[in-house]
Amino acid sequence: MAFLELKNVTKGFGPRRDRSEVLAGINLEVARGEFVAIVGYSGAGKTTLVNLMAGLNHPDSGSITVDGKPVTGPGADRGMVFQNYSLLPWLSAFDNVLLAVDQTFGDWTLDKKRAHVERYLKMVNLGHAFQKKPSELSGGMRQRVAVARALAMESDILLMDEPLGALDALTRATIQDEIGRIWSETKKTIVLITNDVDEGILLADRIIPLSMGPSATLGPAVEVAISRPRDRKAMNHDARFKVVRNTVIEYLLGPGKRPGGVAAPASVDPAASSRPAGSSSAPGATIEPLVAPPAAAELTHVATARTVAA
Amino acid sequence: MATKTKVRIDVGAFVLPMLGVLAIIGIWAASSATWSKNLPSPAKTWQVSRPFIVAPFEKRGELDQGIMRFAWYSLWLVAKGYTLALLIGTPLGFLLGRSKLFAKGLDPIIQILRPVSPLAWLPLGLVLFEKSQPAALFTIAICAMWPTVLNTALGVRSIPQDYLNVAKVLQLSPAKTFYKVLLPATLPYMFTGFRLSLGIAWLVIVAVEMLTGSPGVGGFLWQEYNSLIYEHIILCILTIGLIGFVLDRLMSMVERRLRVA
Repeated sequence: MAFLELKNVTKGFGPRRDRSEVLAGINLEVARGEFVAIVGYSGAGKTTLVNLMAGLNHPDSGSITVDGKPVTGPGADRGMVFQNYSLLPWLSAFDNVLLAVDQTFGDWTLDKKRAHVERYLKMVNLGHAFQKKPSELSGGMRQRVAVARALAMESDILLMDEPLGALDALTRATIQDEIGRIWSETKKTIVLITNDVDEGILLADRIIPLSMGPSATLGPAVEVAISRPRDRKAMNHDARFKVVRNTVIEYLLGPGKRPGGVAAPASVDPAASSRPAGSSSAPGATIEPLVAPPAAAELTHVATARTVAA
Repeated sequence: MATKTKVRIDVGAFVLPMLGVLAIIGIWAASSATWSKNLPSPAKTWQVSRPFIVAPFEKRGELDQGIMRFAWYSLWLVAKGYTLALLIGTPLGFLLGRSKLFAKGLDPIIQILRPVSPLAWLPLGLVLFEKSQPAALFTIAICAMWPTVLNTALGVRSIPQDYLNVAKVLQLSPAKTFYKVLLPATLPYMFTGFRLSLGIAWLVIVAVEMLTGSPGVGGFLWQEYNSLIYEHIILCILTIGLIGFVLDRLMSMVERRLRVA
């Protein structure tokens, strides 16, 4: 029995006449304690999808359930880390987290709440920056506060919408490791939305590609059967890693490149056009191991696709 | 080296404004000496105004009081009218910003009422309240509230969707959403509105006092015009200008504070 389940979910925006279907036929089952990464193109509807799970939006048709109960709005069972931190700039790091704790554990004493906030800020290695305002923190530190805020709610499910997208490669790697560690400690159910295939492979149990929109849909899931903790350096030479990566990318550049994820001859190469010059994606992936010839044509894309998938 | 830098700063901050003031006084003196015989010269103005300035809070009679005493009456009236403007304008701004329905329904009427002169509102105030004091408050409030209304509404509309999503995901109650998210996010815009409103309130006071004959710096100005003591007109203009300047500076100090936060 799936813990978080989406059945035949569709969602579109706009007036009836020129309505654009963003998501179509989304089916997803996430088991309790599972870490799932959803990887897809930018503009495909990743944020729309995670907003539906969070209850910020409602599907046009289909159902979303948590533990069998339908999702009707945001709930204490689902914490969320937003794409651009979304910290309230007039509150200190501590108070940002406290606001969430206050809301979730309203009946606690103030001392207990404060201790709780401290615990989670320390968990994300922010023990020294309690009283700093978001504007005084670096991007990575802000995102840590946002992660602490979501964790402190102690919800069963943690939804992460491209949490590391705005960070530089090194900070990205550090926080990826932290997320991996926190997941091992808490065994939360996590849905991570990302445009970085390597990030998914490093952290998730399963990677599910989201095809290009409109009418984006989920492609076949790829299991990541690599034991934890996963070493990002070793992974570059790990055959299993390459298989997972190629499977995901082959879907994204093949059937997943067509709207609706329907198989059709590829025409335009999104990789070449949409990739910002000089932006290599995940750390550890900068040195691209040469893979066997059959994939060679695809390989230039592979190197880019992780960002492209952006 | 250090002294050189200092001199340069003084030229910008002190000498140039002084030159500007001297130039205006020069034009003023030349005008009163040549083409406008009725305009009192700067020296004469100072001489006649002196008792009002050196004893600014003196009360020698109903129509003969220190200039700051008159200004105090005006400030007090403005304070009341301005408070009224904020009390009406801020919630109205929030409503306009939060509800599309309200915005659509009220926007045209606001655009029509906003440019109406205080001189036009005052008679309506007198008709409504039959006394000069409440009519004056009504006029100040209705003229001064528009910048507060519009800026607050703009501020509410400009709140990033992210903050509202945070409020939703944290499941904040409407009251908590207001105090923890909407209000702090709107505050900088609100204060821009407050500052502009205060400027207008101070602008309106003179017209209101002239028409209602209330004591104050504007009433004094009108009365001295009627008594042909033109020096005092200039004294009043300078006083009004200075006080307006100080008020604006104080408000923008508060505003800057909020913007940083």
